[in-house]
Amino acid sequence: MASMAKTAGDEPVFYLKDEHDHAEGGSTMLGFWIYLMSDCLIFAMLFAAYGVLGGNYAAGPAPKDLFDLSLVALNTTMLLLSSITYGFAMLAMNRDRVAATQAWLAVTGLFGLAFLSIELYEFHHMIAEGATPQRSAFLSSFFTLVGTHGLHVTSGIVWMVTLMVQVARKGLIPANRRRLMCLSLFWHFLDIIWIGVFTFVYLMGMLR
Amino acid sequence: MSAHDHADHDHDGHAHAETTGHGSLKGYLTGFVLSVILTAVPFWLVMTGAIDNKQATAFVIMALAGVQIVVHMIFFLHMTPSSEGGWSMLALIFTIVVLVIVLSGSLWVMYHLNVNMMPSMQHMREMP
Amino acid sequence: MPDSLTRFIFGRLTWESFPFHEPILVATFAVVALGGIALVGVLTYYRVWGYLWREWFTSVDHKKIGIMYMVLGLVMLLRGFSDAIMMRLQQAIAFNGSEGYLPAHHYDQVFTAHGVIMIFFVAMPFVTGLMNFVVPLQIGARDVSFPFLNNFSFWMTVGGAILVMTSLFVGEFARTGWLAYPPLSNIGYSPDVGVDYYIWALQIAGVGTTLSGINLICTIIKMRAPGMTMMRMPVFTWTSLCTNVLIVASFPVLTAVLALLALDRYVGTNFFTNDFGGNPMMYVNLIWIWGHPEVYILILPLFGVYSEVTSTFSGKRLFGYTSMVYATVVITILSYLVWLHHFFTMGSGASVNSFFGITTMIISIPTGAKMFNWLFTMYRGRIRYELPMMWTVAFMLTFVVGGMTGVLLAVPPADFVLHNSLFLVAHFHNVIIGGVLFGLFAAIAYWWPKAFGFRLQPFWGKVSFWCWVVGFWLAFMPLYILGLMGVTRRMRVFDDPSLQIWFQIAAFGALLIALGIAAFLIQIFVSIRNREALADPTGDPWNGRTLEWSTSSPPPEYNFAFTPVVRDNDAWWDMKEHGYKRPLSGFRPIHMPSNTGAGIILAGLSVVTGFALIWYIWWLAALGFVALLATAIGHTFNYHRDFHIPAAEVDQTETARTELLAAQG
Repeated sequence: MASMAKTAGDEPVFYLKDEHDHAEGGSTMLGFWIYLMSDCLIFAMLFAAYGVLGGNYAAGPAPKDLFDLSLVALNTTMLLLSSITYGFAMLAMNRDRVAATQAWLAVTGLFGLAFLSIELYEFHHMIAEGATPQRSAFLSSFFTLVGTHGLHVTSGIVWMVTLMVQVARKGLIPANRRRLMCLSLFWHFLDIIWIGVFTFVYLMGMLR
Repeated sequence: MSAHDHADHDHDGHAHAETTGHGSLKGYLTGFVLSVILTAVPFWLVMTGAIDNKQATAFVIMALAGVQIVVHMIFFLHMTPSSEGGWSMLALIFTIVVLVIVLSGSLWVMYHLNVNMMPSMQHMREMP
Repeated sequence: MPDSLTRFIFGRLTWESFPFHEPILVATFAVVALGGIALVGVLTYYRVWGYLWREWFTSVDHKKIGIMYMVLGLVMLLRGFSDAIMMRLQQAIAFNGSEGYLPAHHYDQVFTAHGVIMIFFVAMPFVTGLMNFVVPLQIGARDVSFPFLNNFSFWMTVGGAILVMTSLFVGEFARTGWLAYPPLSNIGYSPDVGVDYYIWALQIAGVGTTLSGINLICTIIKMRAPGMTMMRMPVFTWTSLCTNVLIVASFPVLTAVLALLALDRYVGTNFFTNDFGGNPMMYVNLIWIWGHPEVYILILPLFGVYSEVTSTFSGKRLFGYTSMVYATVVITILSYLVWLHHFFTMGSGASVNSFFGITTMIISIPTGAKMFNWLFTMYRGRIRYELPMMWTVAFMLTFVVGGMTGVLLAVPPADFVLHNSLFLVAHFHNVIIGGVLFGLFAAIAYWWPKAFGFRLQPFWGKVSFWCWVVGFWLAFMPLYILGLMGVTRRMRVFDDPSLQIWFQIAAFGALLIALGIAAFLIQIFVSIRNREALADPTGDPWNGRTLEWSTSSPPPEYNFAFTPVVRDNDAWWDMKEHGYKRPLSGFRPIHMPSNTGAGIILAGLSVVTGFALIWYIWWLAALGFVALLATAIGHTFNYHRDFHIPAAEVDQTETARTELLAAQG
């Protein structure tokens, strides 16, 4: 192995004679992780905006008037369940079981859709009561923070469907495995952001 | 020649799986159960008002949120100090440091700005 | 056509959006149109469109992408500098009752566009281009981690530039200054398209920049040649790593803030409004959390360039490598702790201002350490005053002055007098021109032979150098004086006739700089014409120390026939000292990524979508967005994005180089 660059005989070794192709996609997981860190900072900004502006009700509705914690608890459960079903999908992938992987991905997607539906229902209800994003800075920052999380979940579901098609066509080839692992990071990351959302927005909102 | 390359490629592929970390059924289930508890408790605390003191409740639920985030990182994201040669952890720590600076800095700065520059807003602000 | 249908199809775009009544713009458009037609004509006549598409536009080769970034930066420098000349001219003549030649409506766009273009479309592309070209070569890699993303990032940056340039002839640009503070930038005070051009141009370019940041971080972490530990990386690679960390950690902030401003403007939210609980000061706070790291993004790579140039042209190993690395890392972290110094006067009070004033003073220390390391590297070296070294010396003298005025401004009570005065304008131009721009000229002179296979002709380079240095000092020292006398920035007309002489001197300085730019362009033209005489056959024209100099000039597509093995810092110097011999046989096929048109197509769709959003052409925006999504998803169905260069071809290329080197003796 030339990596030690020890003198084999008298000549120092300056290059790799016996090189193998770089494994394809060697940077993918690190790259995606770093992307997630940047996404984390976008959410941090939205949390900062909520932190600074979240108390500005402009004589309009406040969290106590709007938040239904049992609905939020249900939502949270949907997302948490989707996290574990994605975990099961990954376990199936590691065992090379295409059908099981697809099935668990589908279940995850359904839980994700359930999460989004409940959230959309909540938004619709708030808007119908006059608690629109334009009503106050509190509501602007609420809808933006929670809505951005919802948009990420939506993107995740679109990605999931795309991957299910790609796995159906090509099977669990290395490229598809990498993509499933990236989506796994993305999906769990969204659940982590949600922990922040339900704690700082919903629960703390009711405590004010 | 091609079989040799193929075997090497497989080896590399397997090696990558090591650095990223797999889960196990036990790991996912443990993480799930912990998460359920760490979610149910804060909801229960707020919905029932079990702790009299609002500030104390706030503190407890924030702490539990922090713990649950760590649980997710370990059991779902398979985060370890050695992932990607330690670079994942370094990236995470750096991000957290920047996050803390930016969040606490913004809250501190904006609080002072609001006090000095927007006195009419004072009675509307219930939290810094 | 019924009015409502027209409004549906064209949004708020009407015939009035075209500035037929503004003579300066009509004249500019005529020149640009004629020049553009001429260029297209020449390219068509010589039938190079196919070549350009195949070899350059769809290339995923980091070297080609790096060069394209530099071309973008240069083109936009001409535009941004035209804005500067216009401002200097206006300010030099608008005295004694004269209104000058630029109406306020136009002048405000000029100073806004000048700032936006210079930062986002000149400095950033130049810096990104340098890092793209040099870093993989310096670490012994064949390309970056994500070659397709690299291509995509470039075209997204071009897309942003296209939107800004379009605003010149279709509608108008923002009139808010380069950071677009609300409430001025909010929908109430800027209802027209200008701020929307600003937002979407920056969001599109920002996506490119952020992805480029991720790309280069992974490249540096994952693709170093064996034996190149972190502490054996060249200093330019270290500064590139820290720069890209700053990019990834700061551009999300800009993305979020501009998104919030866009929501205020498009949806009517209340983040930065004056009523309904909004807080415009929050915008200022957030934008500078991005803004301060941004200026370090601009300067850190050039600090790396100065390290490379100083050690190469002093013939000595860089003094204090370890402290250089630590200083760079410390600057990276500290750059997040100083942002409030940009708005001391907004009213956060003594305790907050003191904290940030102190941190700002502290951050000057690691830069000072670097300066001493460069000087100690030069001490007792055999210094060769080639162009890169000349620019480096000019940097040392110029930048230090700019840094000192920065430390002066870091004192909050002093800043209360000088904030938003011409003193501030002089300070930041001092550090950006003295630091970033001089460094870019040094880097271009230094690495040009590597990129193109021939040197730049020194004579015109020296003309450019002296015009720039003298021009800079003449253009900006008067501004320090004016600022101390109390003159505010961004003024169009002046009442006090005693100030005029200073503005006239500054205008003369700007004229000299214009000559400097012209000389630079002449240098390029003359060098290309004389490229045979200026050829660099060895690949190592400066007796360099780092791995890029081990390749031919220009390097082959695959950079290295065999991946190097590194044993020490200054890897190429080490190889030369220890009798390195080029391998002459045993070449293997090399795995390479394929070209693709997906990047330019996606960027093009982004520009169309951005344009549609700006002009409220909702159907086109929706269509564009769907097309974007479909193309992006469609692209992921292409799994065959690579190929192998056959061993015979590698052999041929390497043998040709061996013969060329042998002919040098």
